[in-house]
Amino acid sequence: MGFEWIKIPYSLLTLFIVVNYGLLLNALIAKIAARVGRRHGIPIWQNYVDMIKNYGLRTSITHGVMFYMGPVFRLSGGVGLLLFVPTIYGSVMFSNLSFAGDLILALYFVFFGTLGMALGAGESGHPYAAIGVSRGLAQVTAAELPFALAVFAVALQYETLSVTEIVAAQQGSYLNWTLFTNPFAVAAAMLSFLGSMMRPPFDVVLAPQEIPIGPPTEYHSSYLALMQTNRAIFPIAKMVVYMNLFFGGAVSWPIFFVKIFLIYMVSVLVGVVFPRFHVEHSVRWFLIWAVPLGVIAVAIV
Amino acid sequence: MIELYEQLKQRYALGEISVQRFDLVFITVPRENLASLLLYLRDTEGFTHLVLLTAVDWIEDNKFQLTYLINNRESATDLGLRVIIDRDEASMESIHDLWPTAATYQRELKEMFGIDFPGSPRIDEDFILEGWTEIPPYRRDFDTLEYSRDTYLERPGRSTSDPAQHMKQLFYPEDKD
Amino acid sequence: MDKKTHKDPAKTSAELPSVDLNPPEVQPQKPPAPPAERTIELPEELRKRTVKGPGGVEIEVEPLRDYYCEAPPTVMPAAYSKIVEDLFNWARAESIWILGFGTGCGAIEMRPLMTPRYDAYRYGIQWRPTPRQANLFVISGYLSVKTLKRAIRSYEQMQNPKYVVGLGSCTINGGMYWDSYNTIKRLDEYLPVDLYITGCMPRPEALLAGFMDLKRMIRAGEAEGANKYAEYFDWYKANQKRVIKDWDMPDYSW
Repeated sequence: MGFEWIKIPYSLLTLFIVVNYGLLLNALIAKIAARVGRRHGIPIWQNYVDMIKNYGLRTSITHGVMFYMGPVFRLSGGVGLLLFVPTIYGSVMFSNLSFAGDLILALYFVFFGTLGMALGAGESGHPYAAIGVSRGLAQVTAAELPFALAVFAVALQYETLSVTEIVAAQQGSYLNWTLFTNPFAVAAAMLSFLGSMMRPPFDVVLAPQEIPIGPPTEYHSSYLALMQTNRAIFPIAKMVVYMNLFFGGAVSWPIFFVKIFLIYMVSVLVGVVFPRFHVEHSVRWFLIWAVPLGVIAVAIV
Repeated sequence: MIELYEQLKQRYALGEISVQRFDLVFITVPRENLASLLLYLRDTEGFTHLVLLTAVDWIEDNKFQLTYLINNRESATDLGLRVIIDRDEASMESIHDLWPTAATYQRELKEMFGIDFPGSPRIDEDFILEGWTEIPPYRRDFDTLEYSRDTYLERPGRSTSDPAQHMKQLFYPEDKD
Repeated sequence: MDKKTHKDPAKTSAELPSVDLNPPEVQPQKPPAPPAERTIELPEELRKRTVKGPGGVEIEVEPLRDYYCEAPPTVMPAAYSKIVEDLFNWARAESIWILGFGTGCGAIEMRPLMTPRYDAYRYGIQWRPTPRQANLFVISGYLSVKTLKRAIRSYEQMQNPKYVVGLGSCTINGGMYWDSYNTIKRLDEYLPVDLYITGCMPRPEALLAGFMDLKRMIRAGEAEGANKYAEYFDWYKANQKRVIKDWDMPDYSW
C-alpha cells in the first residue's frame, strides 16, 4: 500500500484548525477565569496579538544551538503528537498520519516536548530555568507513570495498538466508551492529565511568583512565540489522545470542539479549587493515588 | 526604673539619667562600662531585646553619641544607654557577641557615620550605598543639597512656595498684610 | 514643585510644559565629578585572575569580558514594508508586557491595575517576570543610584523595541527627593523615556491613561526609545557612569 500524498495537506489543515482552536480556547479559559474574578479579562484575540508582537520583535539573542532547538523540539512534540493520531474518527481528511502502532508513538511524543525544553533551558544558563526544568522532568515523569499504565490497560482491553481501532471499538453507544468499560484506567489517566497540563495544583514548574517562570525564563521574541504556538497545540493534541482513548473519539468537528473543551475544563476546575503542590508532594501524590488505579486497571483487564 | 538606676549606680560608674516616660529612661554611661553593663542587663535584668543602635552627630562638641536602646519584654520597659565618643577617628567596641543583630546596625553606622567597630562581621562591606566616595552622608558636615546639585542633573523649572503664603494668595488675594 | 503637574493626574505627558525628552545634541555642560576620595575596586569575583583547571591547566578568567557580550546596541531598522511595520506596531500597542520590577513606592500603584476594579488585562497589558519577555519598563517612582544600576541592566536585557515610562514626579525632577544624596533627578538622562506620568503618586486611572497615550505613540511609530538609546549610547553611558561610581558590570549587558 503506497503512501497517499493527499494526507499531507489534509494533516496541515488539521493543524491549522487546531492551532486556531487552541489559541481561542486558551484565551477563552483565561476569560472565564477573569469573569469568575469579576474582571473583563483579556480580549479573545489577545493570543494572536501577542504572537504577532513576539514574532515582530527586532532583536533576539541566543545562548547556543540547543537554545534554538528547545522551542523547536517542543513544537515538534506537539505537532507530532497531533499528526500521528486521528483527530476525527472515520474522516479521511482528518485521520492524519495514523498507523497501526501509533499509540506507542503518541506516548513518546507526550514526553518529547519536555525533554526538548530541558535541553534548551539548560543551555540558556539561567538558574531559574534549571530549577524549573528539573521540577518539570520529575513531575512529568511521575505523571506519565499512571498514564502509561492506563494506556497499557486500554491496549490490552482492545487488543490493539492502533488508536483508530480503539476509537472504532468505542463507537455505538456511550456505554462503549472506555470511561464506562474500564473506569479505573480512565481515572488513572485523568489524574495524570491534571499533572501534565501545567495548571494548579501542578504548576510549580512555572511558578510565576517564585522562580519567575521557570524553563522559559530566558526565551523571548520568536523563540517565545514558537513556544506560545506550541502552548496552543500541545494541550489540544494531548486531549485528542485522551478523547480517542477514553471518551469515544469524535466523529465530527463540533463534537470534537465540545469534548476537548469539557476535558480542558476538568483541569481548569481542579486548578481553581486546589492550591499548588510542591514537586515532592505531587510526585508522592501520583505514586499513591494514580499509580495504584493504573495497576488495578491493568490487573482487571 | 529609678530603682534600677540606683541599683546599677552602686556597681557601675554611670552618668546622668533622663526620664522620658515611666517606661523609657536614658542613661549616659562611659564607654568602658558599656559592654559589661549590657551583658548584666541582658542576662540578669531581663533586657533581652536590642531595639536599635543609632548615632547622633554633635558636631559642635566634636562628639558622636551612640544610643543603645534595649527592651525588657516582661515589664515592657525600654532603657537607652548613651555613649559619647570622639568624633575624630570615631571607633567603638563591637557588641555583636551580645546580640548578633548588632552587626547589621554597626555596618550601617560605619557606612553612614564612619564610626568603626573593629571585629564586627562584614564591617567593611557596602551596606546600602554602593561605591560611595565622599565623607559618610549622615555626618552633619556633609552637605547633601550641594552634593545632589553637583552630582545629579536637574531639570529646570522647579519652584517652591511656602504653603501658608500659597493658600493665602489662593483664597484671600485681597488681604495684603 | 510645579503646580501644573499636580493639578490633574489623569492628564499625562501633554500637561508637562517644557519637557524635552530628546537627548541634547551637545554634551552636557557639567564639570567632571570631583576626584574620588577613595578609589573603588572591583569585587574579588569580578577581577581578572588565573584559575587552575583539572590537570594543572592554567586558565585566565576575566569575568566581565568572558561572560558577557561586549558589542554595543545597534539601531535596528523597521520592517521593510510599511504595511508590515504598521501591523507590528499595532500588535506592539495591543500587547504591552510590563517588566515586573518596582523601583520605588510607585510600584504599589501598579498592583491595583491587575484587580477587578481597573483590570489592565483588557487592554492587552500584562506583567512578565523576566526582562527578556517584557517590552515596557515602568520606573515606578524614585530611583536611587543602587537601583539605577539594576534598572539599567534590566533595561538592556529587554529586546528592541522597548519602552520606558517614568511614573510620578520623582522620575521627572526628583520630586520630594530633590535634595537627596542618593536619588537621581532626571530619568531621561540615563534611560530613554517615552512618557512621563505625573503625580505623587499618580492614581491607577492616571496610569491607565498614560498607557493609552503610550499605545497611541507606539501605533504612530513614535516610541523608538530603544533605537534612541543605541544612537546616543555614549551619551547615556557617560551620564550613567558619572553617578554610578562603582561600575562593576559590562558596558552593555545582554
